[in-house]
Amino acid sequence: MEVIDLAWWKLGLAALLVLALGVSGYIARLGITRSLLIAAIRTVIQLALIGLVLEALFASSAFYWIALLAVVMLLIAGREVVARQGRRLQGWWAFGIGTGAMLVSSFTVTVLALTVVIGPDPWYAPQYAIPLLGMMLGNTMTGVSLALDRLNESVWRQRGVIENRLMLGQTWQQALEDIRRDAMRSGMMPSINAMAAAGIVSLPGMMTGQILAGSPPAVAVKYQILVMLIITAATGFGAVMAVSWGGRRLFDDRERLRLDRLVKS
Amino acid sequence: MWLVAGKILCNGVTIMDSAGPGEPILTELLLENVSVGALSGVSLVVPAGQVVCLSGPSGSGKSRLLRAVADLEPHGGGISLGGTCQQDMPAHEWRSRVVMVPADSQWWFDEVGGHFPTDAGSRLPSALGFPSEVMGWSVSRLSSGERQRLALWRALSLQPEALLLDEPTANLDGSSTETLETWLLEEIRRRQIATLWVAHDPGQIHRVADAHYRIHGTRVEPVHGSD
Repeated sequence: MEVIDLAWWKLGLAALLVLALGVSGYIARLGITRSLLIAAIRTVIQLALIGLVLEALFASSAFYWIALLAVVMLLIAGREVVARQGRRLQGWWAFGIGTGAMLVSSFTVTVLALTVVIGPDPWYAPQYAIPLLGMMLGNTMTGVSLALDRLNESVWRQRGVIENRLMLGQTWQQALEDIRRDAMRSGMMPSINAMAAAGIVSLPGMMTGQILAGSPPAVAVKYQILVMLIITAATGFGAVMAVSWGGRRLFDDRERLRLDRLVKS
Repeated sequence: MWLVAGKILCNGVTIMDSAGPGEPILTELLLENVSVGALSGVSLVVPAGQVVCLSGPSGSGKSRLLRAVADLEPHGGGISLGGTCQQDMPAHEWRSRVVMVPADSQWWFDEVGGHFPTDAGSRLPSALGFPSEVMGWSVSRLSSGERQRLALWRALSLQPEALLLDEPTANLDGSSTETLETWLLEEIRRRQIATLWVAHDPGQIHRVADAHYRIHGTRVEPVHGSD
């Protein structure tokens, strides 16, 4: 089965639909037109560029180019985690904690999946490594930023409760217990929902793509199961690390709550 | 007179003996040259089983000083309990011995009982005026005065050696204020708790205080006699 290539002008038809939505939004004064158009243009440009990069990368498949792209993806994801928090830790801490958590969780899980489960030759073959890492980072990024955002926001709002618990001789871990649980739940919820709905409510994007590209559904399904499981693991471990590092940083060595370390973005 | 024999203070000074050997060592709370916020050079002693009242205009830093004693706020100087320096024990251990009750107590579980040790309901003192079912009540139905009284009982049920009270009767009316004072004083004397009590009502200070300090600008000065 041969994949049908899409001509660029045909994408223009899809773009017209978005444009029509933008015009309706403008007429009805819904206030979405500007951000909608900017996001649509960003998608086109970013994906076109990454297409070129991937073409070049697949042609060379040198390890250091792949590693460089992986690092760039990680740093951009780290920046995005910072931008998505309403209140964040001061200085480099917000970026450091988010990026560190994603580095440890997504890279470990991706490398593990590549070497042990899938086993392409070489293990870093870009056709496997880059899409897999992209999916890992994209989902971990969502999980980590949701968890950190919830953590910081709840700590800010519940200052009185946390300090009262400290006054009663609780350790900082006990005083933060409920908030930490909430933050973890909000970080994990998208992955858990996606797993619960997979195949019934939604056909996951990667599987759809593989089927469109001509893979037998049985193979596509196995890849999808693999990906969802490792995504959930990476997101969960990422959120656990981010929440425990972030929580630690909100207290000093005398277990005092240090809200002065939070800034509003 | 209140200092323990031959001990080293938290700021490094050694004080030689004033209590003889064999005398019981009571856990007094000692502040030496404490500075926090605008306040500086605060030195005072709260002997075991006694109440030291602290007053001053609002915004003068009374609550902040209490928070510093509870080690919830970075501060200078030395604070010790029964000769043990604050910085020599883990912060949560210090706070379980020197318990602060803030002016607005916080409740984080749905039911009152979740905030107390399991047997606190049966030992509930009658002076507080609650039936023993109070442990099953929902926190949302408590009035601010009820929360305040329960917060005091919550702090006392931790068996503290020192108490830091921030206007403990602010939400109570006249008669329940005096009932509560009597009960608190009795507990403080019986359990020998060193108590630092922030108050603004001169009548209350007169009734409960063994010593009284007032904040003047950046200083905390002792007030002598009744005024």
